[in-house]
Order: sequence, then C-alpha cells, then structure tokens
Amino acid sequence: MILDVDIRHRQGAFTLQARFQSEGKLTALFGPSGSGKTTLVNAVSGLIRPDHGRIVAQGRVLLDTSQGAFVPKHRRRIGYVFQEGRLFPHLNVRQNLLFGRWFTPRRERKAGFDRVVALLGIGHLLDRRPSTLSGGEKQRVAMGRALLSDPHLLLMDEPLASLDEARKAEIYPYIERLRDEGGVPIVLVSHSVAEIARLATSIVVLSDGQVVASGPASEILRHTGLFRQPGPVEAGALIEGRVVQHEEAFELTVVQTRAGTLTVPRLDYPVGTPLRVRLRARDIILSVKPPEGLSALNVLRGQVSCTGEAHGPSIDVILDCEGEALVARVTRKSVEELDLVPGRTVHAIIKSIAFDPEALGGSGFVNMRDMND
Amino acid sequence: MEGLSPEEWAAVRLSLKVAFVAMAASLLPGIAIAFLLERKRFWGRQALDVLVHLPLVLPPVAVGWFLLIGFGRRGTIGAFLAEQFGIVLSFRWTGAALACAIMGFPLLVRAIRLSIASVDRRLEDAAGTLGAHPAWVFLVVTLPLILPGIIAGMVLSFAKAMGEFGATITFVSNIPGETQTIPSAIYALTQVPGGEGGAMRLTLVSIAISVAALWLSEWLARRVGRRVLAP
Repeated sequence: MILDVDIRHRQGAFTLQARFQSEGKLTALFGPSGSGKTTLVNAVSGLIRPDHGRIVAQGRVLLDTSQGAFVPKHRRRIGYVFQEGRLFPHLNVRQNLLFGRWFTPRRERKAGFDRVVALLGIGHLLDRRPSTLSGGEKQRVAMGRALLSDPHLLLMDEPLASLDEARKAEIYPYIERLRDEGGVPIVLVSHSVAEIARLATSIVVLSDGQVVASGPASEILRHTGLFRQPGPVEAGALIEGRVVQHEEAFELTVVQTRAGTLTVPRLDYPVGTPLRVRLRARDIILSVKPPEGLSALNVLRGQVSCTGEAHGPSIDVILDCEGEALVARVTRKSVEELDLVPGRTVHAIIKSIAFDPEALGGSGFVNMRDMND
Repeated sequence: MEGLSPEEWAAVRLSLKVAFVAMAASLLPGIAIAFLLERKRFWGRQALDVLVHLPLVLPPVAVGWFLLIGFGRRGTIGAFLAEQFGIVLSFRWTGAALACAIMGFPLLVRAIRLSIASVDRRLEDAAGTLGAHPAWVFLVVTLPLILPGIIAGMVLSFAKAMGEFGATITFVSNIPGETQTIPSAIYALTQVPGGEGGAMRLTLVSIAISVAALWLSEWLARRVGRRVLAP
C-alpha cells in the first residue's frame, strides 16, 4: 500500500473527513476548489496536524492520533511540489536543487543529480536565480528539488495551476516521465479532468471534505456524476491501447484497444507504443443497427450495461465493449425510442474529434487540434 | 582649523569602540528577542515587548539612573558581577557600551522584527518538507532572508550608540579617556570658555562617521537585497 489515509480535521467551519487507500503510480486527488484537496496533502506532508486519524505512507506510520504518533515534516521524507514553486530566492537553481540533499542520510541518496536534471531538462538553468525563470521553468526546478531529496512519496499540489495552457502542455511530458521513470509514487492534486485523464493511474474524488470515490483511473473516470462541474461536462471513458499500424497514404494511425480498433490521424509513435485515449461521453453517438455510409471511421460494438444519472434531457449510457467500459451521453428520448435497456447490442459511433489531444497520454504529447472527420 | 587634540582623538576612538561593542553585543540577543516577539506566543510576551521598547520612550537620564541602581557597584546585578566575575561596569567604558546597547536595542529589535514579519513562511515550510530541521531552516532560509533587516538594525544601533548621551553620562559619568565619548566631550567643551573650536571639530568628525556608516549600510543592503528581495 503506497498511501493509506483515514483522517478527520476541522479548520474553522470546514471539516475534512477523508478515508482512502491508493496503490497507483500516480494518484490524482480530484475535486472542486474548497473540497479539501490541499488540506489533505498538507496533512500527508505534515504541514498540518489533523485532529484525529491515521496516515501510513509506504508502510511508515506518519500519524496515528490514537497512539499519539506524529512524525514532524522534516522527518517524513515526503517531497512536496507547491502550487507556486516556492524556490528559495537567495539560492541559485543548483543550490535549490541540492537543498534537500544536505538533509538526506548519505546511504539514502539515490536520485542522481545529473539524471534528474536531464529528466526535467533544466541543465541550462543551473546557475540562474529563481527570479529570472519563467513559470514553467520554476515548476520543473521545484519538481527536481523535491525529487532530489529522495522522498518516499511525492506530493504535487496543482503544480500547473498558475501556468497558461501552452506552458501546461510543456510540463505534462515531464510529469509523465517522473511518473514512469522517477521511481517515486506521486500524489497529484488537480481540478482538471483533462489533466488527470492524461496523468492519473488512480483517482480519489473529493467533495466538501469527503471522499466520494476512489479507485483505478479507468474505473473512476467512467462515473460521470463525479465530474459534474461548471462548464462543459467532461465525463468519459479512458481506454488503453497500442499503436499497431500506420497508414501512411492517408496519414492515419491505427490504435488497437480491447474494445476494438480506432483510427486516428498519424501519430509520431513507433508501432507498439502504449497509449491512453479518452472518449468523452458527449462525443459518442449510439446506433442500434450497424451504421452504413458514415464518414466517421470509428465504430465500436458493445452492449448496454446500465444507464446513469439523468442530466436534464440527457442521460449517460454505459456500454460494455469487450470488457472495456464506454460512456455515451444521449437524450432520454433516444433511450426510450431506441429501447436502450441493459443487454441490448449497440454501435458506438465516435466522432473523431473525441480523441482529445490532452488525453493522448502514453509516452509523449501530440498536438491533434486539427482533427476532424 | 587645527587637527584634533589627543583628548579629542581619545573621545573619537572611545566612541567608535563603545558603539561597535554595543552593536555587536546586542546583535544576537536582538535577533533572538525579535524572533520570540514576532513568532512565539508565550506568557509575558506583552511585558517583554514593553520592556524592550521602554528605552525608546523613557528619558535617557532615567535609563541611566536605572542602570546605576542595577549595575552600580552596590546594585544587585552590579555587586554580583563584581564579586563573581570581577566585572565592573559603572564608570568604565564597558558601562558606556551597556548603556548604548540598551538605548539602541529597541531600534535593533524593531528593524529585525519587521523583516522577520515579511519573510514568506511558506518558504520555511518548503525547507521543512525537504528534510531541514527547524533550526537549520532558521539558519539557511530565514536568516539569509532577513539579512537586510539585520543590517538596517545594526546601523540604527550603531548610530544610536554614537549619539547616546543622557544614559551614558548618568551611568558612567564623563571621564576623559575612560568614559568620555564624542557627545560627552562636545558637552564638556561647550561648558568651558574657548571650547568652541574643539566642539566644532568633534561635530564634524561625528558627521563624517555618520555619513560613512550610512553609506556602508546602503551599499551592504543593496548587495544583499539584490540577492534576497528579488521576487
């Protein structure tokens, strides 16, 4: 168990009551502002001392109020990347990066300085002062600084919140590399569905200080009601696939998933590369007959498993496509007219635009904004 | 204008010595008390705050009188120091340094306290999560960040010591070569006929020292501030 949390903490009128366990390489703490995400990571890092409960990280008891156990923050060995970077202004980048090393016992120093610097692409910044760095550079240095203190767990509190979209896109690949090659489990606080769909392997959903759901990312992302928030509803399914073929003549790439094959515009990945594709509920059309004469390339066959909550005139239909779950948002009227009851075979027509560029995670970032059917 | 007489030189040297010792000796207690007052909540904090600030509002002569009662040979603390350690403060230059240190202390503490208040505590939290014990956090994060405030406080303390008159003359009198600082010497010179020349010379020396100290502190503060205060 990477993280096992069961705490209760009052802060003014707000009460955080969180209980979850996580195994994932990257656990996302998801929820709207004020849902208690930051309070929760602060409790894990030791910046606050919860009133009641127990926190165990990587097998170490960090807090157990029933035993009076509380490990102070400087002995927790938990790295923390803050929203605003918090680099030390009186030290240059190199000194910032090496800060944690002074306090790490010699035999526990594992993260190689050169390797971390290369991983984050900050080699050219080493002699600069933090005040001369851009927002994205600051966050990369902050990640490196946390990683070089050889933490047992790395917390990231909305590390991209202060950056614009272009800068975020610049940082995602580094977080992915950290997740896949950093060797330290990560807990990422986020309120962006696109972000967690791209990065998370497990998800904990918080609302009003309570954990409303937790589990593997692919399962949680399917539950549309959890992600209700202002703006476009981002419910959808996350499915894993693999590049199997490039159709060079049409500049297309074929991705094989358990649910079937998907054809997308040419990706710059070699055959065999694992990918994650997010299919948004609102981008899926259902048909009870095999569709003919359509320009859409991607049609997956499956059975209706259940229907979810209604959202005004719409309702989410959850499909089982060869064991992979898909969510489609259709009108209640269609459900009635097409008789979409559990067990019914349907064809999910995926508008190509549904391959959200943000969701094309895997081992790199591809801009697919030009896509169209 | 003639040069300084040997007595006048002695007053200048003594003033510099007294001011330096007063500033240096009050530095560590000043940082500690500024930190306590700004960061800690303890019983008697208000009383300590008032005590530190008293020299700022009391007539200096009253402070000198208190020192004479407390640190004089027959005072409680003075007698103890003299018997146990052979340290005598009254009517000695060390006593002048003590008087100057106490008069400058509120200025030193206020300057440091203000800079501690302006430190971004989130940086200290960040240092903690990187494994630094609170004592190390203070030494390698807080202290470098408040350095401009410490320098400002030291300059104020030094300047106050250079100009201190009332408490010094009450506690240690005005003994040439032992306790006669520049202000006491100027005062003495203005009390005798024909002393105006000497008083003017010492005044000019005071101005020169003050300007030099201000210039040095500005230079230091700019050097340190460039590193620390950048956003």
